[in-house]
Amino acid sequence: MTTTTTVFDTAGAWPYVLLLLVGFLPNEIWRALGLVLAHGLDEDSELVVLSRAVATAIIAGVVAKLIVFSSGSLDSVPLWVRVAAATIGFTSYALVRRSVFVGVAGGEAVLLLGGFLFGR
Amino acid sequence: MPPPAPSRRTFTSSGAAFAAGVRAAWLSVFFLVLAGTYSGIGALAHDFGFSAWWLALSSVVVWAAPAQVILISALGNGSAAIEAAIAVALSAIRLLPMVVALLPLLRDDANTRKRELLLPAHFTAVSMWVESLRLLPAIAPEHRIAFCNGLSVGYMGTAVTFGFVGYYLAAGLPPLLAGALLFLTPLSFLISTARNSRMLIERVAFVLGLAFGPLLTWYGVGLDLLWTGVLGGVIAYGIHRWCRTAA
Repeated sequence: MTTTTTVFDTAGAWPYVLLLLVGFLPNEIWRALGLVLAHGLDEDSELVVLSRAVATAIIAGVVAKLIVFSSGSLDSVPLWVRVAAATIGFTSYALVRRSVFVGVAGGEAVLLLGGFLFGR
Repeated sequence: MPPPAPSRRTFTSSGAAFAAGVRAAWLSVFFLVLAGTYSGIGALAHDFGFSAWWLALSSVVVWAAPAQVILISALGNGSAAIEAAIAVALSAIRLLPMVVALLPLLRDDANTRKRELLLPAHFTAVSMWVESLRLLPAIAPEHRIAFCNGLSVGYMGTAVTFGFVGYYLAAGLPPLLAGALLFLTPLSFLISTARNSRMLIERVAFVLGLAFGPLLTWYGVGLDLLWTGVLGGVIAYGIHRWCRTAA
């Protein structure tokens, strides 16, 4: 798989400006709105349901990209091992009391074993 | 608001309530969850070339792990700033109803000023919210804000500390172990997002997002994160509507 190269300039004050504009503001706006609205919000309204679906798809997309297009040290573990580790981790979560801990431990164990046997 | 119960926990001072909140944070299961998650995010930040202090500041001002992961991976991959901002905003909508649900518990009607609620509103995140809703009803109303702030500072301190731990471990560990640390983020988010997806629509959106994310990137589609969210979300919503009509 391709190694991601960092296109982003991490020197100077620019990363901190981006942190405030791209990280803080678009996130904090919802907390501020919650403070202003405070009541009269219907959690089951169609707009809330749709926005939750969009947010879920975005997070799932980010997760899958991090697994498939791995960068740096994770790139030395073959793609199929990374996918197998995620699949087995998820399956062990689903089978063993829906425990996040079991799922993460299972997936990490497969990744370490697979990386040790098949990694570069 | 439930009627006042005689057994509510009171404190000698706001400072004592704050300290009890910090203690409650460190003794809860979320301590481990945050330690693991932020070790992974620390490794991610290192991998994408951010500084450790940038990460620490992002934990304090953003204070939402999904938004931080999106921010780091999108900016690190060279996505347009506006795309990253919209993706962060979409991931953070869930905070609004959480703040709305939390405030009535904190308000000690006559005495609470709006500015006292600013800090708890900023601290609102899944870990703090779940524990606040569980613990606050048993705390005397006049000490709830201090307790809640203590709880949040306990969690945030954990996140900042383990962000540093993950960052420097990723720099010093042998490649395979550093890779395993880096794998913590996608793995734990995969599982916790699935666990939070209780409705059919969220499960469909989850599966579609997993497929669309890499596919759109592979085909070099611009603004791939936004398309992943919009396509996955709208298709899932369509299926949700269709199922309801059919039922």
